[in-house]
Amino acid sequence: MSDTVSNGAVDDLESEKAAVAAASPIFELLNGFVTELRNAGLPVSLSENLDAIEAVRHIPLEDRSAFKAALAATLVKNHTHWRSFETLFEVFFSLRGAEYALDGDSDDPFGDMDMDDQDGPPGAEGQGQGGGGGDGLTPEELAEMLFQAMKNNDQALQRALARQAVKRYAGMEPGRPVGGTYYLYRTLRNLDLDAMLERLMNEAREDSGGLTPLEERLERDEYETRMDALRKEIEAEIRRRLVADRGAEAMAKTLRKPLPEDVDFMHASREEMTNLRRAIYPLTRKLAVRLARKRRHGRKGPLDFRSTVRHSLSYGGVPAEPKFKYPRPSKPEIMVIADISGSVAAFARFTLHLVYAISGQFSKVRAFVFIDGLDEVTSYFDGVEDIAEAVHRVNTEADVVWVDGHSDYGHAFEVFWENYGNEINSKTTVLILGDARNNYHASQAWILKEIEHRARKLFWLNPEPKAYWDTGDSIIGEYGSHCDGVFEVRNLRQLERFVDNLV
Amino acid sequence: MSHRFETVDEVRGDLAKVDYLADDAIAGIVYLADRLGKPILIEGPAGTGKTQLAKSVAEMSDSRLIRLQCYEGLDESKALYEWNYKKQLLRIQTESGEDESWTDIQEDIFSDEFLLTRPLLEAIRADDRVVLLIDEVDRVEIETEALLLEVLSDYQVSIPELGTLEAKQIPLVFLTSNNTRELSEALKRRCLFLHLDYPTMEREKEIVLTKVPDINEHLADQVARIVRSIRSLELKKHPSVSETIDWARTLILLGIEQVDEAVASETINILLKYRSDIEKALKEFKTNSAQVFTPAS
Repeated sequence: MSDTVSNGAVDDLESEKAAVAAASPIFELLNGFVTELRNAGLPVSLSENLDAIEAVRHIPLEDRSAFKAALAATLVKNHTHWRSFETLFEVFFSLRGAEYALDGDSDDPFGDMDMDDQDGPPGAEGQGQGGGGGDGLTPEELAEMLFQAMKNNDQALQRALARQAVKRYAGMEPGRPVGGTYYLYRTLRNLDLDAMLERLMNEAREDSGGLTPLEERLERDEYETRMDALRKEIEAEIRRRLVADRGAEAMAKTLRKPLPEDVDFMHASREEMTNLRRAIYPLTRKLAVRLARKRRHGRKGPLDFRSTVRHSLSYGGVPAEPKFKYPRPSKPEIMVIADISGSVAAFARFTLHLVYAISGQFSKVRAFVFIDGLDEVTSYFDGVEDIAEAVHRVNTEADVVWVDGHSDYGHAFEVFWENYGNEINSKTTVLILGDARNNYHASQAWILKEIEHRARKLFWLNPEPKAYWDTGDSIIGEYGSHCDGVFEVRNLRQLERFVDNLV
Repeated sequence: MSHRFETVDEVRGDLAKVDYLADDAIAGIVYLADRLGKPILIEGPAGTGKTQLAKSVAEMSDSRLIRLQCYEGLDESKALYEWNYKKQLLRIQTESGEDESWTDIQEDIFSDEFLLTRPLLEAIRADDRVVLLIDEVDRVEIETEALLLEVLSDYQVSIPELGTLEAKQIPLVFLTSNNTRELSEALKRRCLFLHLDYPTMEREKEIVLTKVPDINEHLADQVARIVRSIRSLELKKHPSVSETIDWARTLILLGIEQVDEAVASETINILLKYRSDIEKALKEFKTNSAQVFTPAS
């Protein structure tokens, strides 16, 4: 929480004092901020907005971290929304001042046009002198200073150098419609942090005369944390400059990211995937608790005569407290048939993970995966404590390729029906996961019809947006007509809702 | 209304005096809760000091701690109040025979004397300063949650027979949640929200130094660094702060000054409780990370 504060606190104090002086535009800013939070999908109610305004009045405005904490406490009521909040906070209440302006002053290194158009490393030659203290350095000197700063964990120097690096390497110019990630990429490429990490590690090894694996690991983790901090500082610097150029509202719009539960499985970036993987564990735990509770409560059975008479003894034989039998409905059996080819693999992975995490709610879970061939993977999950690892094994070891490794739903269903069809009974729920893009193979939809007859329920989960269904080689309509339900499941929220209703 | 604390720094300082090391967010939110008269909802992984925060705040502000442990099946009569019906029966029986009107008895048996206060009502009616801790609020059913709403937003309890009892002083309320289910919007809206995560390495080191006497700086630093590395792995259950402290204490008892692989693998079962987690961590620490390093995040 307290990052990016100490050094900039003075500038901050200035800008915020000025803000208060000018007839409280801070509240106007706050309003814009809340609007933007809502746009990003955070449910901020009116009373929470009022709380925030009230809270801010008790906080000294020059204390930026306290200000941020006050807003977070009143506006963000779900930890998964924290990232969105933090990003927007940085945009709206970042340091502002002339030194971040992209145009105008003479020592601006970005006036050099050819430096921006070529994609090669922009040399430091063409830069003006003066301004920030580091302008006169050669790139080698800058790198060396950064290396020393990282090694000694000198955070003030790291911040100053991050600022310098952005100024020098990012190649930002006013009004250029390029996202922050581009600038970040350019800056990081020039700094080459990976090489720096190796150098730091080598030096650590030499200093101590060889490291044990444990020490090595600890050193590396330490340096990586510092690198992360540096990366964040560079990002923040770029953002500050962009805000100065474009204004907070416009920036907030470009930075708007979906909340983790709304991230599309099929188009998640690597970072989003990591977040999804992290999100799925608490989700499954929550779901399991809820489902177990649902089983126990809610239904009341017929009168339990025995128990009622037993309890009547404590009332002198008067059956004052009737007792009921709680029915124990039989748990459903479940068969999951998942397409694990290319684009839908991530979706299958999450669904398998989720289904196995709540496998206690089913009497039996069997899993099959296919691309154009089909393989049973139930054994991968037997007695495994770590579901994530089992899912990983499924993706790497299962024998699912028959001819060419392009999805062939028809053939996969054929194999399934031949080998496992007669194991489906009236207690079985069958789940099929996939986008039904059959590469124009034969559909063999009659198998689904047979399955539907035999099974308790047959559901199809499709990770594609509904608008794309039945376009191109998608034949979800044909398959879907034989299913008890076809659902669009593109993100964790939809997946959770489906599984919740399944049991 | 007088406030408990003057500044955020005062809160932090006072908490430190009772051995609770608060960061900016924690101190800030306690201060705000006092100023705004709002409850604090604390969420976060197990063992990060959620309950301890309430206890420490009670201790530092010299208040009485009233604790309501939530569980499935908690109801009004255990959380709010209950009529002492045995006493009521007794009262009716002693009066029977004498010519007292029905209204008199009724008025009498539904009076303060026959009321059994439960934690929530007790916190409302206390004359002295109290801190109310509603622990693991996510364990009650969503319907029971509604019981809390009146207490939390207006600091009052309505009893049909007696009318509305208002708080004599505004108690400082802490709710903790392990997030096993989503709390209702209504409850969240009434609270300030604090997500208590694992502390940063520096703070954890400070915590170890405060909580474990006789530990030296070097060992505390090593402990904190190893725990941070373990937490960066993808595990079923990450080591909590209390487990870190337990581990540090064990190392002291064993007379260990320097943690190497052998020590780590012998004592790691204090930090990690799942076999698969232990295996994973040991594997991670034994392989030479230069070749097979995989960033865990």
